[in-house]
Amino acid sequence: MDAANHSLRKFTSGLMQAVTCGCALLVIAPLAFVFYHLLKQGVGSLNWNFFTKLPAVPGESGGGMANAIVGTLELLLLASLIGVPIGVFGGVYLSEYGSSRLNRWIRFAADVLNGVPSIIWGMVVWVLVVKPMHTQSALAGGIVLGLMMIPLIMRTSEEVLLLVPNGYREAAAALGISQWRTIVQIIMRTALKGIVTGVLLALARIAGETAPLIFTTPGNTFWNHSLTDPINSLPYQIFYYSTLPYDDQVRQAWAGALVLLLLVTAINVSVRVLTRDRR
Amino acid sequence: MPTPTATQKSVDRANPAPHLGEFHFGDRAFKWFTLSMATSVFLLIVLIGVKLASGSTLSIQKFGWGFLTSSTWDPGHGVYGALPFIYGTVVSSAIALFIAVPLSITTAVFLTELAPLWLRQPLTIFIELLAAIPSVILGMWGFYVLCPWLQAHLCPWLKSSLGFIPFFQGPIAPRNLLAAGVIIAIMIIPIITSVSREILRSVPGLQREAAYALGATRWEVTRIAVLNYARKGIIGAVILGLGRALGETMAVTMVIGNDPKIPKALFASADTLASVVANQFGGADNELYQHALLEIGLVLLGVTIIVNSLAQLLLKFTNPGLKPQH
Repeated sequence: MDAANHSLRKFTSGLMQAVTCGCALLVIAPLAFVFYHLLKQGVGSLNWNFFTKLPAVPGESGGGMANAIVGTLELLLLASLIGVPIGVFGGVYLSEYGSSRLNRWIRFAADVLNGVPSIIWGMVVWVLVVKPMHTQSALAGGIVLGLMMIPLIMRTSEEVLLLVPNGYREAAAALGISQWRTIVQIIMRTALKGIVTGVLLALARIAGETAPLIFTTPGNTFWNHSLTDPINSLPYQIFYYSTLPYDDQVRQAWAGALVLLLLVTAINVSVRVLTRDRR
Repeated sequence: MPTPTATQKSVDRANPAPHLGEFHFGDRAFKWFTLSMATSVFLLIVLIGVKLASGSTLSIQKFGWGFLTSSTWDPGHGVYGALPFIYGTVVSSAIALFIAVPLSITTAVFLTELAPLWLRQPLTIFIELLAAIPSVILGMWGFYVLCPWLQAHLCPWLKSSLGFIPFFQGPIAPRNLLAAGVIIAIMIIPIITSVSREILRSVPGLQREAAYALGATRWEVTRIAVLNYARKGIIGAVILGLGRALGETMAVTMVIGNDPKIPKALFASADTLASVVANQFGGADNELYQHALLEIGLVLLGVTIIVNSLAQLLLKFTNPGLKPQH
């Protein structure tokens, strides 16, 4: 009786191991499917034109996504100009100064901000920037992505700055170095790799954002020459093309999706590999 | 990682050398500069709330609380009620949680307790990559791959086997609530999984060893010693996933069919708070229309802030050292 009971328990244990393993495989299956379909549908349209030509008029074949690719990079740059300094120095405050009570509230607020749906950021920047300027613009697109980066970068920067040993701070103080120079030249430099990692992760996260761009900078068929004009972006162009009833545009949307996914995945994988030792 | 406690920090870091006298000007300026950067998060929260509220005054004045309970959304006649979208958001999120919660928790258990060690790292990376797929790409995949499959296989099967339940009756639309639920599930599974994984990892090893010492099998250790211990944190993880589910926009917009009605069945097209904004805000050509959509944004903001705060509180209480999640 006891032996039978024991083998039943062992059997249950093994069974649960198999069941949970099956669930894990089921969970990552969509990743494989998405990659498979993007490769299958997208690779064929990846040619020289795709990277060098402007989008064709819907219904006509040919053209490419050159301005969307460059536009996405420009938007990321603009967003970084806003998000990186505010995020990084906010992280410095959390790690180096502040009462624990205030810092708890700041962290809480940053985490809540991280959960604000991206579409809401888009609406807010529409009210804040697009409406007063009477035009959608690259500037508005950069601002909305930049604001979204702030809480992300703030939390990761804080985390890596806290990893810098306190001895560095004490040693610098013992040498009579003023505190702000200690932080900028010693603490931040020591944690630079981690800070950059956090920035890259934030960039990977916002590079694919579409919802906040719909109202702030919904595409542009041509090259953008001014901050106050709309700019095209890869996610928006994918969204726009994927819903058109023309085969050629849909094929390009698959190709665009493949490029975007490779970009995002490349950033993520390199970051994970670089920081593997920390986990 | 040794996280210094709060008191240590205020003594050691705020002014490591108090005997050197007062802060220099540079020190003081730098401190205030970083303080202003850090407190910008409060400013942003207030800004979002105020801008959405001030942008929706017309609709708030005209419809009052009735906005939330009216099921008519008719921009052509200037009548706006948010109930269809609230319904769509609630139902699609519920479907998503129904699918995602068991899968995520079992996956997290597998990753931390049952999987062979060599498998844990690659699986974790795959799940993080799944989390990194942009919403619009998942939406496109849903539109061209998932929706046709659901329409051809899963929906008819559900209809024939569960058709006695009203939810599984009626014609099958190519893009529908069920598809939205499945897509949202795919998007929140990585979040719930990775947060649950952190929670499970933080369960003290002593807890497991004690159960093993009593002769428990591996699964019994997990069920009795680990899962029981981590229950509150896992609930926090699920609520965090719910917060994301409520606000998912692009992928949902592309697979839900965008029909502002309250459907009886899961096979019918619907709309959510986020998707109606994504779909209609760009084309809102009069002020009342814009204000109504901004009010929808306000409703969504309120709900997500409440849900996210709840999740953060649960996670912080159970696990103060938890890393920020992306």
